[in-house]
Amino acid sequence: MQNTRTYAIESNDLSIHYGTFTAVRGVNLKIERQKITAIIGPSGCGKSTLLRSFNRMNDFVPGCYATGELLLQGQNLYSKDIDPVEVRRKIGMVFQKPNPFPKSIYENIAWGARINGFKGKMDDLVEQSLRSAALWEEVKDKLQESAYALSGGQQQRLCIARTIAIQPEIILMDEPASALDPISTLRIEELMQELKKNYTILIVTHNMQQAARASDYTAMMMIDDQRAGGVIEFDETKSIFTRPKDKRTEDYVTGRFG
Amino acid sequence: MKEEVLNIKATETQSFRQFDLKKKTRIGESVIQALLFFAGILSVLTTVAIVYELGKEAMLFFGNPDVTFAKFFGETKWQPGIGQYGIWALVSATLTTSAIAISISLPLGLAAAIYLSEYASPKARGILKPVLEILAGIPTVVYGYFALLFVTPILQNIFGDNIQVYNMLSAGLVMGIMILPLISSMSEDALSAVPRSLREAAYAMGATKLESSLQVVLPAALSGIGAALILGISRAVGETMIVAVASGAGPNFSFNPLEAAETMTGHIARISGGDLSYNSIDYTSLFAIALMLFLVTLVLNLISQYIVNRFRERYE
Amino acid sequence: MNQRHDHFPEGADFNASLRNRYRVATIWQTIFLSALLIAIIALTALLYNVVDGAFGFIAYEYKDDPAEFTSTPVNELTKDELLVILKENLSSGAYNKLENEQPMQERSQADLLTLFLERLVRIDTKGTWSMTDSLLRGDEIRVEVAEKYPDAILEFRSWLTPQFLTTPMSSKAEFAGVRTAILGSLWMVGLAILFALPIGTGAAIYLQEYAPKGWLTSIIQTNINNLAGVPSIVYGMLGLAVFVRTLEAFTSGSMFGVTDSNGRTVLSAGLTMGILVLPLIIINAQEAIKAVPDSLRQAAYGVGATRWQTIWHHVLPNALPGILTGSILAISRALGETAPLIVVGASTFISIDPDGPFSKFTALPIQIYQWTTRAQSEFHAIAASAIIVLLILLLTLNATAILLRNRYQRKY
Repeated sequence: MQNTRTYAIESNDLSIHYGTFTAVRGVNLKIERQKITAIIGPSGCGKSTLLRSFNRMNDFVPGCYATGELLLQGQNLYSKDIDPVEVRRKIGMVFQKPNPFPKSIYENIAWGARINGFKGKMDDLVEQSLRSAALWEEVKDKLQESAYALSGGQQQRLCIARTIAIQPEIILMDEPASALDPISTLRIEELMQELKKNYTILIVTHNMQQAARASDYTAMMMIDDQRAGGVIEFDETKSIFTRPKDKRTEDYVTGRFG
Repeated sequence: MKEEVLNIKATETQSFRQFDLKKKTRIGESVIQALLFFAGILSVLTTVAIVYELGKEAMLFFGNPDVTFAKFFGETKWQPGIGQYGIWALVSATLTTSAIAISISLPLGLAAAIYLSEYASPKARGILKPVLEILAGIPTVVYGYFALLFVTPILQNIFGDNIQVYNMLSAGLVMGIMILPLISSMSEDALSAVPRSLREAAYAMGATKLESSLQVVLPAALSGIGAALILGISRAVGETMIVAVASGAGPNFSFNPLEAAETMTGHIARISGGDLSYNSIDYTSLFAIALMLFLVTLVLNLISQYIVNRFRERYE
Repeated sequence: MNQRHDHFPEGADFNASLRNRYRVATIWQTIFLSALLIAIIALTALLYNVVDGAFGFIAYEYKDDPAEFTSTPVNELTKDELLVILKENLSSGAYNKLENEQPMQERSQADLLTLFLERLVRIDTKGTWSMTDSLLRGDEIRVEVAEKYPDAILEFRSWLTPQFLTTPMSSKAEFAGVRTAILGSLWMVGLAILFALPIGTGAAIYLQEYAPKGWLTSIIQTNINNLAGVPSIVYGMLGLAVFVRTLEAFTSGSMFGVTDSNGRTVLSAGLTMGILVLPLIIINAQEAIKAVPDSLRQAAYGVGATRWQTIWHHVLPNALPGILTGSILAISRALGETAPLIVVGASTFISIDPDGPFSKFTALPIQIYQWTTRAQSEFHAIAASAIIVLLILLLTLNATAILLRNRYQRKY
């Protein structure tokens, strides 16, 4: 535990700013390998902003920049000589709304692998990825059909499959089930449990039950008096939900707040 | 979870594999970005080229010791070949035809815009909008034909011998029809940008549709309509073919719409269409006129754009 | 309670005032609608005017009696008979020149008949009438012509014929066609799009996907919007100064060994027109690129794509229908533009097809302009026919653009 190499990723005093406004302040997280870590907190507390900073998705927001350190294998992802494209290749992302490419199911998975120089057998990779995302049985006969023909839940699993296909170290999930019905949500949660055997997962969720059910660790975020978000408590999920140390966390998880 | 979950090979070891996130030089990406930047900057170079080329030749014209600004802006005869440099001979026709065109297209365009944005049912819009779009898509030389061979004969019937075969009235009227779609579509945009809540507020106080349209919506859209008007003027000033065909060949300082007179654009078209030797005063004088045209329309366009942008911000 | 109502009309008074307000409203609504009716009337009048000019009576005489050449009536002459007549009666120099342009044997009967009428019997037009006049005042015209020109033949003629499309220019309206002009227009527009489409799309990609927010970007954007409003004749002057004069070695082809031309080539015209439609293409392509949802870009970046991979594989394919629609609109704009072509020096009389970028050329709108400004009414008739050709061309293009837009409208 004390060896940094056992952490998947860790942040040291990471802050994210939009121009002069600080959206997230001073985050110190050590994310365990092959575990699911949930980030919870009331809306507007910077959960998504923090998550997106982990694979430098915020680079595309004009005026947005980060200070502090975000370490992956001892390399600071925000140092000048780091290539954001390489970062995203190692840290995949599943978005809030399913966003498949307007291409065939097959292409959706093959494209990422191809641009990243995959040289193996593409058919096998597509099948493996779809199986890992528990989607293979449903789509194996219609791989060439448009991904838009799938249901919302299937689309989201396709997006997960797409991310798995490039074999990242870490998968970021930004409220992946918020646009889905309860059954689809459950399937995604089951899938996460399977995926954590091989991947480290970081998930932002609005849904308290989901965090309690599905995650191993939980980070609780809250905004301070300057409207900047910060992590106020980070611990095993059990502890957060049964004996929170911070009063605000207790209020939040018991539903007295937000 | 019934489905078998296959482990992707080597994932276990991969987790502990060391990798390098250092920046890679992607030459292709940089070359492409440079090319795209060049494409983007080319439009600026176009403007620079316009100003430089027109300016260079115009300087030659004004550099002629015989040409003075006093003559250029103060006299009313234009014939550079024999030492007459009064641009007013051409400006008068440009002003007259543009004024006629605007006095036709502004009221008509505005009325059409109000009808389309406030009254028309979706079905009526579906029929009426395309008419305006077709009008907007007709080449101006076709309007020229229409002016000379349809409108002029009608005007001759009305005014008899008082009107010349080539006259500014016919060109101006047809130019008004040509500009109508521009004014109506820009005004319609301005009217529909007025928030619904404003209309509802008017209705809730017992206003009729007309009262709401004319007294609430229209004033709120006024700056957008102003922008449409200015752009319309700019279009009229720069229009060439209608006046080249129908308004007459030969500078004539006159504001009488029944007379023939040549506009700045018409003059450029006629002279440059003939045999013209480079470096002659006729040649350089055309660039002086073109530079004036460019500057006038540039200023008008900038004002119009500025108004549109400010207007947009207000309701966003 | 009462006090509140004191100053407002009530009951019958109110109803009367309301009725009055409604009456005023109806009047104004009619006024608004009539503006649109005027637009419809203007459009109808314009189209009617053009069609009216392209068909109608023509009265003509033969300068030489056809009977001097053949006993067969003119309308019944066969191709072989015509070949013989032409061979016998044309000077050998003139015949050889025609033979060089296109072997006589390969020409159609209609072409040969035209040559016969143009070169040998030499038609002399005495007058033409519009379609409306011809239909409504047919008898009057017959009487008038019989009185004035007893030898003249009066017939109803469609000036717009298949032959009109395939014959080159002629100094006689009866035999003139728009072949050279159509080819010139196509060459010019082709070169313009070849130049403007890649650059315009590139500029749009740069502005939407790369350009940082800042003064330079906002200058570029403002500048593009402004260029879209610069009068077309100013572009003509730019083309004259830059392409025709400064770059003459390039645009005339002399640096490639072409010797027989100056800078007034279809290449100069194409480049000028390309610069003219560039802002139009950029603005349309920007709109198309803007319409591609961000979630798609994020999805691509999320699997480790570079910026260009994202653009090339996802943004461009999805923006393509919009970009193409914009280019078609740009093409139709370029097809109808006249003023810049006059300035860069389109030839007004030319009967040789353009065969490359360094050819001299004419274009459809140039011919329309030329013919409209001629005094003789038969030239107005062919101007009208050329306008119909141009309008049909533009209509087809715009219909294609609309179909394309509807066909590929995506729901994300």
